[in-house]
Amino acid sequence: MKQKQSAWAPWVLPVLLIVVWQASSQLGWLSSRILPEPWAVAKAFWALAVSGELWVHLRTSLWRAASGFAIGAGLGLLLGLLTGSFRRAETLLDTTLQMIRNIPALALIPLVILWFGIDETAKLFLLAVGVFFPVYLNTFHGIRSADQGLIEMARSYGLSGWPLYRDVILPAALPSILVGVRFSLGLVWVLLIVAETISAQAGIGYMTMNAREFLQTDVVLVGILLYAILGKLADLVSRGMEKHFLRWNPAYR
Amino acid sequence: MFVSTALFDTGALPREGATWTSAQPPRRQGVSLELDQVSKSFGKRQVLNDVQLELKPGEFVAIVGRSGCGKSTLLRAIAGLETVDRGSIAVGKGSIAASIRIMFQEARLLPWKTVLDNVAIGLPRALNAAAATLATVGLAERANDWPSELSGGQRQRVALARALLHEPQLLLLDEPLGALDALTRIEMQQLIESLWLARGFTAVLVTHDVQEALALADRVVLIEDGRVTLDLKVDLPRPRASVRGNAAFAALEQRLLSRILNQTPSTSAAIAA
Repeated sequence: MKQKQSAWAPWVLPVLLIVVWQASSQLGWLSSRILPEPWAVAKAFWALAVSGELWVHLRTSLWRAASGFAIGAGLGLLLGLLTGSFRRAETLLDTTLQMIRNIPALALIPLVILWFGIDETAKLFLLAVGVFFPVYLNTFHGIRSADQGLIEMARSYGLSGWPLYRDVILPAALPSILVGVRFSLGLVWVLLIVAETISAQAGIGYMTMNAREFLQTDVVLVGILLYAILGKLADLVSRGMEKHFLRWNPAYR
Repeated sequence: MFVSTALFDTGALPREGATWTSAQPPRRQGVSLELDQVSKSFGKRQVLNDVQLELKPGEFVAIVGRSGCGKSTLLRAIAGLETVDRGSIAVGKGSIAASIRIMFQEARLLPWKTVLDNVAIGLPRALNAAAATLATVGLAERANDWPSELSGGQRQRVALARALLHEPQLLLLDEPLGALDALTRIEMQQLIESLWLARGFTAVLVTHDVQEALALADRVVLIEDGRVTLDLKVDLPRPRASVRGNAAFAALEQRLLSRILNQTPSTSAAIAA
């Protein structure tokens, strides 16, 4: 009984909010142009789903997020491992990367449009640049802060080279790397919203901007809710990864 | 110095399974250890000053001293984890590299590997032997647990099993029981003594606990200001658990303690000079 309670507890507040929202719309406190009632949003959602339009936008956005994340996070991991493990790579690369890091990814939009035009490449580039740094920094930090005592022990037990890296340094860096991944997975949606307003032909951002032009507040809300749901799903995925890879750590069990 | 990775795989080990505890283990002779005028300084601070020490094969020597006297540095130098400025450290006679293992104050288990995999570190093919060694420290049933699920004493027992799996000829113990509670510490001392008696390796224990030194060692060496200032033979019967607290033990303990406590750093320097 107690467990059931705790499972439902996180949803009490959202449900309560929706009830209050619905009630205030019906009582006429909220104009439907500012905030349509939840029921209208649900109907808009249903209509979009039935017409198939929703899935086209969803698929496009998901694909963009996934490939942008894969490119950015993959490069971040690779370069983080490189600069974290080799001093020479750090002196060669780190200063440059730190300089680029201080430029907000979204400040690059004008330049990106000039370089790539307004097609997919521009969006993927923005996503990849934004996602790169959290993964890079956390990977670098994780490798560097690996417990020296454990490394010394492993060396004195004959481990060196790749086995030392695989069995000691990499697992020690993993919690930090996963923090970077989780942060990036959250960031990718924020970047996607902006990237998709650059002028896209499909995607949740496009759907939302389009709806705004026609004053379809309910569709705008559907788009916002979709982002919320997708963000939550991304968070669940990264939590699942932490639970799996860090199952030795009592903090993640 | 060469810290070898003794290469035993499962096939090379004649002992397997749970009968290991009752069967007579192969008594491998320990190696001798010779330290000749070993000196070491960190910056301007001289940590080790012409340390002269000889151990016969199979001998158990405890190094005691106040904290900061250089005893841990000495042990790390023997293990090859620190380089020395002057002097030589010879482990064993002849050209055959001896197998040296060290136990640290913290267990230093890899938290992402199970207990069994931790014991088998460096010898990943020796899982059967690792399980057998784990049984000798009484933790056979914890093989598949994570280190975070063990108590401090159990973790040190895993670390002991990990060191023993490599059949060390010289085992170095860097205050491995310092963080344990009093009862667990006595249990661990008895375990270490019995394994040492059974296997005959040479052992060097660094400790600040005089009682622990007397409970384990053949000789107690006192280090003050980086020098050996006392080398006391402990002529008590073994196993030491039987004599713990009797008059001879207490007398020796009293003597050592008063020797350490009455010696302020300035007077010891005067004697050394």
